[in-house]
Amino acid sequence: MTEITQIVEPIVNVGLNHFLVVAAVLFTLGIVCVLTRKNAVAVMIGIELMLNAAGLNMIAFSRFGGEGVEGPMFTLFLIVLAAAEAVVALALVIALHRRLRTIDVDRADELRG
Amino acid sequence: MEVEKTITEISYLWLIPFFPAIGAFISGAFGKRLQAKWGKAPIIAVSVTLPWISFVIALVAFIKLLGLDENSRTMVTHLWTWFDVAGAKAGMAFAMDPLSGMMTMIVTFVGSLIHIYSIGYMHDDESFWRFFSHLNMFLFAMLMLVLGDNILLMFVGWEGVGLCSYLLIGFWYTDVNNAKAGMKAFVVNRIGDFGFLVGFFILFWAVGGAWSHASQSGYTMSGHFTITFRELPAMMDAIAGKELWGIPVLTLVGIFFFIGATGKSAQIPLYVWLPDAMAGPTPVSALIHAATMVTAGVYMVARFNFLYIHSPTAMTIIAVVGVATAFFAATIGVFQYDIKKVLAYSTVSQLGYMFVGVGVGAYWAGSYHLLTHAFFKACLFLGAGSVIMAMHHEQDMRKMGGLGKVMPITKWTYLIACITIAGFPIASGFYSKDEILWQAFNSDYLLVPGWSIWLVGFIAAALTSFYMFRSYYMTFTGTTVKVHGHEPQEQKPVITIVLATLAMFAVLTMVLGIPQWLTGANPVLEHFLAPVFEAAENLPKVFTGEAAHHIEPWMALASIAVATLGWIVARWLYKDRKNPLPLKLKERFSGIHKLIYNKYYVDEAYHATAVRGFLFTGRAASWFDRVIVDGMVNFTGRIGQGLCVIDGLIDKYIVDGAVNLLAGIVHFFGDQLRKVQTGKLPSYLAGFALGLTILIVISQFLFDVYA
Repeated sequence: MTEITQIVEPIVNVGLNHFLVVAAVLFTLGIVCVLTRKNAVAVMIGIELMLNAAGLNMIAFSRFGGEGVEGPMFTLFLIVLAAAEAVVALALVIALHRRLRTIDVDRADELRG
Repeated sequence: MEVEKTITEISYLWLIPFFPAIGAFISGAFGKRLQAKWGKAPIIAVSVTLPWISFVIALVAFIKLLGLDENSRTMVTHLWTWFDVAGAKAGMAFAMDPLSGMMTMIVTFVGSLIHIYSIGYMHDDESFWRFFSHLNMFLFAMLMLVLGDNILLMFVGWEGVGLCSYLLIGFWYTDVNNAKAGMKAFVVNRIGDFGFLVGFFILFWAVGGAWSHASQSGYTMSGHFTITFRELPAMMDAIAGKELWGIPVLTLVGIFFFIGATGKSAQIPLYVWLPDAMAGPTPVSALIHAATMVTAGVYMVARFNFLYIHSPTAMTIIAVVGVATAFFAATIGVFQYDIKKVLAYSTVSQLGYMFVGVGVGAYWAGSYHLLTHAFFKACLFLGAGSVIMAMHHEQDMRKMGGLGKVMPITKWTYLIACITIAGFPIASGFYSKDEILWQAFNSDYLLVPGWSIWLVGFIAAALTSFYMFRSYYMTFTGTTVKVHGHEPQEQKPVITIVLATLAMFAVLTMVLGIPQWLTGANPVLEHFLAPVFEAAENLPKVFTGEAAHHIEPWMALASIAVATLGWIVARWLYKDRKNPLPLKLKERFSGIHKLIYNKYYVDEAYHATAVRGFLFTGRAASWFDRVIVDGMVNFTGRIGQGLCVIDGLIDKYIVDGAVNLLAGIVHFFGDQLRKVQTGKLPSYLAGFALGLTILIVISQFLFDVYA
């Protein structure tokens, strides 16, 4: 194991920036998904992506600079939060479907001014 | 010589006017329903019975009055103090002294009799209840006038009888002429009432201390201040010599009071309403316009004897107006054909005699004529009413004749009353009228010689006799006329009994006034009334003592002579309506006949001057009101209106405009901003993303977050 570790010279030395770029890409994918998709479930998936991008950031900062356990703790909370949010959001989607017989978010515009 | 006088307090005088008031109230308020339910019986039970109760109480009081000491015959019922202000005290009090006692007896007795007569006369009238209500109310007002203890209460009654007179003259108000006659009576009476009020105010001012404490500027009290008849005489001496506007104040007061009397008692110049007042039902003519109300003026002057005695001027005016009225009305009466008009002018004429009596200071004689006149004139009017009923409401004597054969009781009572008024010594009228004429002849207190007044009255007496017998012969003698194919019938006992009673009293009352030269003693009534008229006891006379006793019988004989003359001429011209001479005379002197038959065109003259004048003034005032006053008001209104329009425009376009503009701006922006709220989830998210981006950019470039 050790040998391998020594032998295999990483092509790219994975650092903080790599994580941040991945997170940024993830976040961007999420936000594009939210903005462009009309399906409510898809929008919810976009939100999940953004949440996970944030969680990735926290872990990354914690791995490369943090001293305490705040980063992993926040990430754990975030996972729980995401679960809870999924429950609520799916309930909302079902309610939306019941009401409008569709889950197209563009059709749900009753709050238009 | 001071005579000790006491006043007796009794408790029941107020009941005398109270009972007719109750009757008036019941008949007036419930009469219509009572009559609809039970017919006329309850009305009769209330409104005819109550005056009789009143009469009985008056009789009891009168007998008690007779039982008192001669000089202390004053009974007072003080109910409560009406008002007590600035020293002037007026009580709700009734007083009975010999004069008001006599009047009360006349009013209640004749009034009650006429109530009975009215049952027959008004029998077929739908407004039976209304008639009796008014008649009761009249009795109430008249008794207030007579029994009231002070001038104010008298004035209450004075106005009350005027009102009732108006209501009863216009009783059959569906005929516009009756309504007009009522209105005329009321308006003319108002003129007189104004005189009464002015006189009262001046008297009030004078006795109220106008000259006490030599006050020049303010109003001071003399301390004893009264408007009660019993207490006023004592105050007369204090103000007797005083003057107001250069005229002795008592003369002024007396003249103004007499103006009131000319209105109420139908004297020149305000007599014109009385003949028109005959439009009312005949019992009303008998009660109000012959026996009682019209004598109120005489009663008032007699009441104020202590005042008039201080003013020969006022007395002269009364006597002259009285005798002029007596003569003037008698001449008109000679030419009338309407039986009630004859009696109306006769009443005016007889009232003139009464004023001669009270004017020359022979107050008791005037009062005595008032008494006798109440009976004989009521009898005449009710007799005329009986005739009119029998003739089916025909009043023209030319269409009557021969009624004596079918209506014997009416005929005899009418004849007795004629004899009484004409002045034959077998009935009371002679004694009262002759006493007045003699006292006028003998008076030496007036500004004109007494014989001049006597002479005019003497001629009028001949005319009186003539026109009364003329009416008698035209109505009751000759061939009996037929009405609607039937002969007229005698009336029911309810009417004839009243006629007989009145005729009997017309004769019997002569015992009250048989003169001294026949019996050796003063007439009963003179003696009885003397305490009231003690102020007039010692007026100067032309003849006194023996000389008077020698002249008086000759005067009486002269009176009988002219009465006989009038009778004979009337008999010659009108007996059995055969003599063609009246028609010939009428044609020969048609000018004079026309002038007098039309009452000297006085009504027309009044109409042309007073009525037209008032109407013109009224129209001018109306024009002024309409054009000038209203114009000014409207002009002011227009200015206000214009200002308001401008104000409204300012409000509408500037104030509201500013507010609306603000609202509009807000609305505009709101409307623009509204579009942001699309309700679509992606757009919100896009906003969120945009905001996030901006925040990042700002934080990245504007703030050094990493420092």
